[in-house]
Formats: sequence, structure tokens, C-alpha cells
Amino acid sequence: MSEVDDLPRFPFPVDAALEPPAEWAELRSKCPVAHVKLASGDQAALITRHEDVRQILSDPRFTRPTPGDDSARVADSEDGGIFNSDMASVIPQHGEAHLVWRRGIGKWFTAKRMNALRPGIAAMAEQLIDDMVAKGTPADLKASLGFPLPVWVICDMLGVPDADRDRFSHWSDVMLSMTRFSTAEMKAAEQEFTRYMAGHVALKRANPGEDILSALITDPEPMSDATLIATGIGLLIAGHETTANMITKMVAMLLSDRSRWESLLADPSLVRTAVEESLRLDANAGIGMSRYITEDVEIAGTVLPRGTTAMCSMAAANRDEEAFARASEMDLARTPNQHLAFGAGAHACLGQPLARTELQVVLEVLLRKLPSLDLAVAVEDLRRVEGLVVGGLVELPVRW
Amino acid sequence: MKITVDQDKCCGAGTCVLLAPDVFDQRDEDGIVVLLDEAPPAELHSLVHEAASVCPAAAISVTS
Ligand code: HEM
Repeated sequence: MSEVDDLPRFPFPVDAALEPPAEWAELRSKCPVAHVKLASGDQAALITRHEDVRQILSDPRFTRPTPGDDSARVADSEDGGIFNSDMASVIPQHGEAHLVWRRGIGKWFTAKRMNALRPGIAAMAEQLIDDMVAKGTPADLKASLGFPLPVWVICDMLGVPDADRDRFSHWSDVMLSMTRFSTAEMKAAEQEFTRYMAGHVALKRANPGEDILSALITDPEPMSDATLIATGIGLLIAGHETTANMITKMVAMLLSDRSRWESLLADPSLVRTAVEESLRLDANAGIGMSRYITEDVEIAGTVLPRGTTAMCSMAAANRDEEAFARASEMDLARTPNQHLAFGAGAHACLGQPLARTELQVVLEVLLRKLPSLDLAVAVEDLRRVEGLVVGGLVELPVRW
Repeated sequence: MKITVDQDKCCGAGTCVLLAPDVFDQRDEDGIVVLLDEAPPAELHSLVHEAASVCPAAAISVTS
């Protein structure tokens, strides 16, 4: 036990909101497989190079840790947070069953559908920005736009009435936060949300609509109620806080050096690549994705023995000089951009076309409606939220 | 240019379709990649290379 206590604690503390910890570059060059201690006290092997992170994440033998295996827990709350909960175990994580589940919902997440959603998302962004402007400058862009937009999009996708959007925001906030709320509060939110979804699924069975749940219900191979409920909850958890924080961090990065914002105003066709570059340079993306290593595997010349929990830091990998020229610089036109912000392989983010669409649309609408947008505080005064699964900013004060 | 796609590896993320919709599509049943044009015209080559290199599942190969 004392051996584990001597290990460096991960995640590493950082002061500046948009900057990476110095340890990443050091580990990439000197110690690509580093033994660290997680917040739970459990031990993991931290992986920081692009090639290695990609290799582990795309190895079909290894999957996200699930409650039954003897893997490290990320958080110090009793059950290790939402990724170790009962709900996570209803959605199949491994092998054929995962593939079937994933292909079932993948049907809905096509690029074609995303393009069709664009006008609706733009209208939501315009409405939220109009409301923010009506309240006057300065404003918190996170509370006004970043946080509500993705939850509105997900409610639409699940066929949930607009009136219930605030409840969804609340549940999502409580369930994903591993530090701000007690375990009892998290459990209560999960139960309330599960009850809501059960009722909602029953409504959709009786009266299918255009939403993703109705599509899954009317599928030739319909999912069980338990899986439908878990899928609805899973989509909110996977898609809300991640996208909300990313909208906020992207705008912060683009305004922190205002010449970036001006380049985009001058040439809005850079929006697509600027979104990818923001995803790549996100220094506060959460701790990364863990994989339970079920067979010995060689990584960067070291054997990871079976039973290891590998913590893959995509954010560290995204700044690897071996994979990206001038990796620490923000190049709004960088192409191609093989960042790993959405993971890689069979578990790569299923919502990535939706996340990309939301980020692109928000940026387009902001550039068009508020060209004079600027930070209302110094960059040094931006503060981080230390989420374990998703990192973000406490708020993003802006003026225009 | 000649493109091949590996439907078994594809994870249906739709990245290629968003980049080059004239070359790639997704099956309606499950979102898995479909190749529309295995030898696209020169003006699409750079987008196709980009799609191949950013594919999360490394399911697209391009030979010149
Ligand atoms: C910028 C926003 C987002 C980021 C950075 C992000 C990141 C990720 C990452 C890194 C994974 C991989 C997990 C792993 O390898 O174990 C993942 C998985 C997933 N994401 Fe996202 N995500 C975002 C938005 C979304 C959205 C909007 C949705 C849907 C509404 C979504 C749905 C999912 C789902 C369902 C999975 C699980 C896929 C599987 O296990 O097969 N994500 N996401």
C-alpha cells in the first residue's frame, strides 16, 4: 500500500485554465507508461503518447472497465461515479452485444441526419444568444449558451417536450459531478431521471414520433425497455456536459488571443478546422478514458500485465510533437487533424457528428451575430471546474 | 486514386460523410460506411485523404 502512496497523483494540478500541466510533455518524452495514483487511491498506468493512446483505445480486446472486473475506480465516491453504476451495466460494453447496441443507435446518428438538424440547432443558438443579449453585457457565455444548447438538442433528439428541458439540465449536472454533490444526491437524481425515462419510453411506445427512441422502438429488432431507458440516460450523460464544456472552452480559446477570432471573422470557412483544433488543444478534457487490460500487451517497450487499468490521456496525446507539427500552437487551418478528443476504435464517440455539428453551428452563429465578442475578464482569471469525467470552466464572462 | 473501406472496422462515426459526402455515405440500417465513388475526381482528393487519416476506426485506405 505504501508503494501506491508514493506514486504521483493523477490528474495533475494546473493553475492556468487553458494550459496543460507540465507533466504531460515530460511523461511523453521520458515515461510513456507512468504509474499513477487516482483520486480513489487505486493505481493506474497513465498513457500519454498519441501512438500508444490510439493503439490501446482501438484494441478490440480492451474495453471500458465495468463493475464486475477488478479494475481501478476513478473517483473516491463509493461506487466510483456514473461509469461504474448499474445503469452503465445495462448498456452492453463488450463484444457482439455492444456492436448490436451501437449499430442500433448509430442508425440515427448519421451525417445526413446531422446536416438536417443544422437549421434547428442554429435557431436554438440564435434564441439563446438573443436572450443573452437582451439581459445585457457582460454575460456568462457558459450559463447562457454553452450549457443549455446541448441539452435542448438532446431533448429534441429524445422527443422530450421543451417544458422538461430544465429538469434534464439538473439531472445531468448532478449525475456527472463527482465532487459537488453527495452520493445520496447523485443516487436521487439518477432514480428520478430513470422514473421519468420509464414514463417517457411508455409514452413513445403508445405513440411513436420522429425521435431516436421511437426509431429504436419500431425497429425490427426492438430493444428492451431497460435498454431504452439506459440509452436515453446514457445519451444525456455522454452528450450534455461534454459538449457544453467544449462550447465554452472553444470560445475561450478563440477569444484568449483575439487575432484568432478576427481570422475567423475574416474567413468563416475556417470554422470546421477551427473546431477540430479546439478539440485537439483542449487542455482540460477530464482525466481521459480508462481500459481494463485483460491480456498482457506491449506499449512503448513496456509490458502492461493483465489486470492493469490503463488511463489513456487523449489530451496529452493531442499535444504529442511526434504526431502534430508545432503541436503546442493553435493552427486554425490544421489539416488533417488526427486528434483523439473523441477516442478511437470501436468505442469512439458515437455522438461525434452531433458534437461537431453543434460546435460548428454555435461558432458560425456567434461570429455572425456577435462579431465584437470578447472576454470580459483577463485570461488568467478564468477558473477551471475540476470534473473527473469532463473538465470545463466555472464560467466564461464575455462582452460584445 | 483508389479507395477501399472496411465495413467490419467502421464504427459509424460519420466523419468521412461530413467531409466528403460525394464519396462516402452511411447505410440507413446502421450508419456503417458505404463507398459511393471509389475513384473520385482530383478536386476531392485532399478531402478523401483527410477523411482516411482522421477516420477513428482506420477503416478507409487510399492508394494513388
Ligand atoms: C465535444 C463533445 C464530446 C466529446 C469530447 C466526447 C467524447 C467521447 C469519448 C472520448 C468517448 C469514448 C469513450 C471510450 O473510448 O471509452 C465517447 C463515447 C461516447 N459518446 Fe461522446 N463526446 C462528445 C459528445 C457526445 C454527444 C453529443 C453524444 C450523443 C448525444 C455522445 C455520445 C457518446 C456515446 C453514446 C459514446 C459511447 C460509445 C461506445 O461506447 O460505443 N458524445 N465520447
